Amino acid sequence: MLSNLGNLLLFLNIFLSAAIIFSALKYLKISGNLIPKIIYQISTFQSTSIIICFFTLVGAFIISDFTLITVYQNSHTLKPTFYKIAGTWGNHEGSLLLWVIILIIFSFLFLVFTRKHPKEFRLVTIVIQNILIVGFLFFILFNSNPFSALSPTPSEGLGLNPILQDPALAIHPPLLYVGFVGSSIYFSAAMASLITNYSQTSFVSSIKNWVLISWCFQSLGILVGSIWAYYELGWGGFWFWDPVENASLLPWFAMTALFHSLIVFEKRGLFYFWVITLCLLTFILSVTGTFLVRSGILNSVHTFASDPARGIYILLFLTLMIFSSIFLLFKNYKKENYNLNPNSKETFILINNWFMMFYLITVFLGTIYPIFTDVLTENKISVGPPFYNMVIIPIVVIFLLVMAIGPKVKWIKERFTNLKNYLFILMGSTLINLLIIFLFKSYSILSNLIIISALFLIISSLIDAIKSYRSSKIDFSRIISHCSFGFLILFIGLNNNFSIEKDYNIKLGETKNFNNYSIKLQNLVLEDFSNYKAVIGELVINNKNTNQKNILRPEIRIYNNPQTLTYEAAIKSNVIKDYYLTMSNIDRSEYYNIKFQKKPLMIWIWISVVMIVFGGFLRLFQNAKNN
Amino acid sequence: MQKIIKISIPIILIFIIVVLFIGLNKDTNYNTNSLIGKKISKINLKHYNENKFYKVDDLKKNKYTLINFWASWCAPCRAEHSLLIELSKEKNLKLLGVNFKDKKRQADVFLNELGNPYDFLTKDKMGKNAVNLGVYGIPESILVDKNLTILKKFVGPLSSKDFNSIIEIIN
Amino acid sequence: MKFKLLLMILIFNFSLLHGAEKVVDQNTIHKNLRCLICQGQSIADSNSDFAQTIKLVVKDLIEDGRSEDEIYSFMADKYGEWIVFKPQLNKHNFMLWFLPYLALILGGIIIFLILKKRRNL
Repeated sequence: MLSNLGNLLLFLNIFLSAAIIFSALKYLKISGNLIPKIIYQISTFQSTSIIICFFTLVGAFIISDFTLITVYQNSHTLKPTFYKIAGTWGNHEGSLLLWVIILIIFSFLFLVFTRKHPKEFRLVTIVIQNILIVGFLFFILFNSNPFSALSPTPSEGLGLNPILQDPALAIHPPLLYVGFVGSSIYFSAAMASLITNYSQTSFVSSIKNWVLISWCFQSLGILVGSIWAYYELGWGGFWFWDPVENASLLPWFAMTALFHSLIVFEKRGLFYFWVITLCLLTFILSVTGTFLVRSGILNSVHTFASDPARGIYILLFLTLMIFSSIFLLFKNYKKENYNLNPNSKETFILINNWFMMFYLITVFLGTIYPIFTDVLTENKISVGPPFYNMVIIPIVVIFLLVMAIGPKVKWIKERFTNLKNYLFILMGSTLINLLIIFLFKSYSILSNLIIISALFLIISSLIDAIKSYRSSKIDFSRIISHCSFGFLILFIGLNNNFSIEKDYNIKLGETKNFNNYSIKLQNLVLEDFSNYKAVIGELVINNKNTNQKNILRPEIRIYNNPQTLTYEAAIKSNVIKDYYLTMSNIDRSEYYNIKFQKKPLMIWIWISVVMIVFGGFLRLFQNAKNN
Repeated sequence: MQKIIKISIPIILIFIIVVLFIGLNKDTNYNTNSLIGKKISKINLKHYNENKFYKVDDLKKNKYTLINFWASWCAPCRAEHSLLIELSKEKNLKLLGVNFKDKKRQADVFLNELGNPYDFLTKDKMGKNAVNLGVYGIPESILVDKNLTILKKFVGPLSSKDFNSIIEIIN
Repeated sequence: MKFKLLLMILIFNFSLLHGAEKVVDQNTIHKNLRCLICQGQSIADSNSDFAQTIKLVVKDLIEDGRSEDEIYSFMADKYGEWIVFKPQLNKHNFMLWFLPYLALILGGIIIFLILKKRRNL
C-alpha cells in the first residue's frame, strides 16, 4: 500500500513539475508583471505532495514495511526508532528523495521570496529548477525507486550497518543537502539571468542570501561528517581526503569564492560573469560529486553500493547541465571594463577567488586522477593525504596572510600607511611561535610558517575587532569567521605537531612504556547487549609526570545482524587534549593490537568551525535585518 | 584569444567526460597483476621440517614452479587442495608450498588429511616472506619459470579455469 | 629599525629548526601505505591481518637502515604503485603534481592582466 502511495506521489510530482514548466512558459508570453496565482498553487501543491511522499517513506521505515526493497535492505525491526527514521536518507534511494525534496522546496521558497523581482526572471528560474526536478524524478522512478516493491514480503530486514547508527551521521545528509542541493536554486537563477538578460544588480541581490544559507549548511554538514568520522570510525582522524569527503569540499570552495565575489559586485559592479560562472559551477560540482560517489567509479571508505547504470544516467544529466551552461555563458558574455587598482579590497577578494580555484582544482584533480591513469594507462595509483597536504598547505600559509590584510584594505584604492602595523603583528606572531617551540618542542619549517601565519590572521582580526568596536563600525560576521578560520588552522597545526600516536601488540597484564606514559592492559571484560556482544578492554594510561591515571575502555563489538565486527574507540576529551584508544584482536593470538593517541586541542577544532559558520549566520541575519 | 578559450574549454570537458564514462566500466578492485613479467629477486624460506633454507637458486633448477601460500586455518585453501594434488602429477611443474602464519601441529593435520602435493615445503611464520613476493591474501599462488619471471598470479583459491591455464603454460 | 628587529626574530625562529630532524617515523610510513584488502584505509588505520604483516616488514626495513623513500619504493615494487598514498613522481603522475601549480600560475597571470587593463585606460 505504501509502495503504491509513494509511486503515485512520485508520478504526481512529475506531472506537477511539467505543469509548472508549461504554465510558466505560457505566462511568460503574456504581458504584466505578476505571476498568476495558479503557479503559486501548483508550487504549493507540489511541495506538499513531495513532503507527503517523503513522510510515506519515513513511515515505511518506522513501521518496518519490508515490502519496500529499500526498507528491507536498510532497516531492521530491532533498530531504535530514531535510527529507523535516519535510515530513510541513509541509503542511495532515500537520499535521492531528500535531494528532490530540497530542490522542490527551494523552488517554492524562491517563488515566495522574490516577489520584488520581475516576472520573467522568476518564471525562467522556476522553469529551469523544475527541469532539474523532472530529471531527478525520472532517475528515481526508473533507476533508484525507494518505493520499489518486493514480493513476497520478507519478515525481517537486512539491518543497517551499526557504524551508521550514530546521531552525527543522522543529521549529516540533511545539513549537507541544504548546502549543495540548495545551490541548485542559484544555478537556475544564473541560467535565468543569462537567458532573460536580467539586470546584473538585481540578480546578485536575489541570490545573495541563498548563497549564504547554502554555504552555512554545507560547512555544518562537512563539520558533522568529520565529527562522525572522528568519534565513530576509530582511526582518530577527521579528514582523509577520501573521494566522498572531497566531493563535499568542492562545492564549498566554489561557494566561498562566490559569496566573496558577490561582495565585490555589490560594491563595484564588477565580475558579473565570474559570479554567474561560480553560480553554475557550484551546482555542477554538487552533481559531479554525487556522480563520483554513487556510480562506483571510485574506491572509497564510504561509497554507497554501486551500479554503473546509475553512473551513466547521472553523467548524461551532468553533461547536459554543463554544456547548456557553457552555451548560455558563451552566448551572453559581454566584455567588462575593469577599473581595478592593485591596492584595493577588490584585488584581495580576487586573490581569494584565485586561491579557492587553486584548492578546487587540486582537490578535483587528486580525486579523479586515478580514474585517468586507470583508463589511459591501465595502471592503478592511489592519491591520498600526502599529496593534498604537500600541495595545499604551503599555499595556505600565504592565503592566511592575504585573509588578514585583505579585509582592512579600502575599496578602490588603499594608501598603505599601516605597513609597520603588519610588521608588528608578524613579530608578535613569530614570538608566540618561538614561545611554543621553547615550551614544548620544535617542528618542521612548514609547520612554523603555518602557525606564524595563522597567528598573524588571529592577531590582525582581534586588533581589527577592538578598532572596529571603538569606531562603532563593526563588521562582526567577517571578523568572527576570519578569526575562527585562523584558529582552525592554528589548532589543526598544533594538533598535528603535538599528537602522539603509538601502536602496540599487547597481552593481558602487560605494560608498555613510552615518553612519560605507561599503558597497561589491566582487564578484559565480556559483555552481552541486546544486539551485540562486546569484548571491552580496560587500559590504564599513566602520565608519569603528573601521576595522573586515566582508564579507557575500547570495545570490540560483535553484531549478529548483520554479522559485523566493529571497533569502538575509547575517547576521553577535555579542553586541553583527547586521549584516543582503539583495540583490535589479532587472529590466532592472545595478543591485542592497541592504537593509543594523544590529540591536543581536538575540541577547539570543532569549536572553530562552529564559529566560522556562526559568522555566516550572523551575516545572514544582518542582511535580513537590513531588508 | 576568446576564440581559443571558447574552443579549448568544451574540448577539455568532453575529454574528461569521456574518460569518466569509460572509467565506469572499470573494476575498482585492485589486483597485483602489474607484477606479472617481473622477476623474483630474493627469497629466504625456512624449510618446513628441517633447519635449512630454500633460496632463489633452488628455484632455478625447476622448469616451472608454482609457489602456493596456504594455511590450515584458511577455508578456501581446503577447496583448492585437490587441484594442487592434481598439479603435483605434472612432470614440468614443481610445487613449492609455503605454510603461512600457521602452527605446525595444525598444518600437519591438514596435510595428513588432504594430502601433501608439495615437492618442497617451507613455512613463513611471520608472513614476511609473503610480502617479499607481493602476496596479500591467502590462498595465493604464483607461477614462475626457470628464470624466475612471474608468469601468473592467482589470488584466492585456484579454480578449474586457473588449473587449465597452468596446464596450458607448462606444456 | 622595526624591520631589522623583525628580521632578527625570524632568523632566530628558523635557526631553532635543528630540533625537528628527519627521522624515519614508523607511523608516518604506516599512514602512507594503503591496506590492499580494505576499502581505502591506510596500514596505520587498518586492523587487518595484512596490515599487521606489513607493519612487521616495515619495522625490519627501518632497522635495516632504509630511508622512507626506499621503503615506499620497496612496497611499490612488490605490490604496485597503488599501495602508496603519495603518488610517485614519474611520467604518469607528473601531470598530477604539475597541473595545480600550472593552474595557480595561470590564475596569477589572469589577475595580472585584469589589473594591467586599468593602466591602459
